[in-house]
Amino acid sequence: MKIGVVTFPGSLDDTDARRAARVAGHEAVALWHGDHSLSGVDAVILPGGFSYGDYLRCGAIARFAPVMTEVVDAARGGMPVLGICNGFQILCESHLLPGALIRNDHRKFGCLDQRVVIENNRTAWTTAYTAGQEVTIVLKNGEGAFVADDATLDMLEAEGRVVARYVGNPNGSQRAIAGITNEAGNVVGLMPHPEHAIEALCGPGTDGLGFFTSLGAAGLLSA
Amino acid sequence: MARVVVDVMPKPEILDPQGKAVLGALPRLGFDGVSDVRQGKRFEIVIDGDLTDARLAEVRHMAETLLSNPVIEDYAVRVLDDSEAPA
Repeated sequence: MKIGVVTFPGSLDDTDARRAARVAGHEAVALWHGDHSLSGVDAVILPGGFSYGDYLRCGAIARFAPVMTEVVDAARGGMPVLGICNGFQILCESHLLPGALIRNDHRKFGCLDQRVVIENNRTAWTTAYTAGQEVTIVLKNGEGAFVADDATLDMLEAEGRVVARYVGNPNGSQRAIAGITNEAGNVVGLMPHPEHAIEALCGPGTDGLGFFTSLGAAGLLSA
Repeated sequence: MARVVVDVMPKPEILDPQGKAVLGALPRLGFDGVSDVRQGKRFEIVIDGDLTDARLAEVRHMAETLLSNPVIEDYAVRVLDDSEAPA
């Protein structure tokens, strides 16, 4: 499959995301924030970093980047979209996912190998996992606390849309939520970084690779 | 030309770690008797021409769509009169 990775000014993890896509057997396509086309890709990753310097709010400016018009349309049409860290923040600001990410409750930038439980393995990005599987991937952020009102949180829980939950709670996220999906299961936002855990040589292992190998296996692509 | 101020504040139920940090620093500097601090943002917007109701409605739309995130923040819009100097 062709996986597009969007580079915004201030993106940091676009190179790692493209590498993860290639290691998982896909073709990685570099997309630029000013593009008006998705270049025929089958899926899109919004990578981590500090798009537009995180000015105003994390992801608030990136949401209005030209390429995001295409990404939002494609996501609504069923294309798999994965937002990692800053990408998750952009998906929330774009209203493709509910809730928001605010500063960690301990006010420090956290960088650690984090255990999370994959609760929903039915999304386009998580079919390689078993439900309830505990994996270790990298968490690195300053504004990673997921917040939403109680009704939204209850809805996410009731509909099984919590994709990943922290073991423990490293940043004050409500209900220890590390990742969520939209109603259709094609859009996933994830605060920890699976693209940093795909090779044993660097990072805590290969637990993150499943997010990238899931693509194409899900049968969701025609949805 | 008119000046419009948009104040954006974290919703009361949303944790405000920055405000908490400021609150924690005040006693260390000898400022006592402060029970809470919440930190927000203030935008000063200069509008060309006369400030009509339509223009003001546009500023509200700006506040809703870009300046604030309604999931976590509230906003308030007010017009600065000529006697008020810019902050």
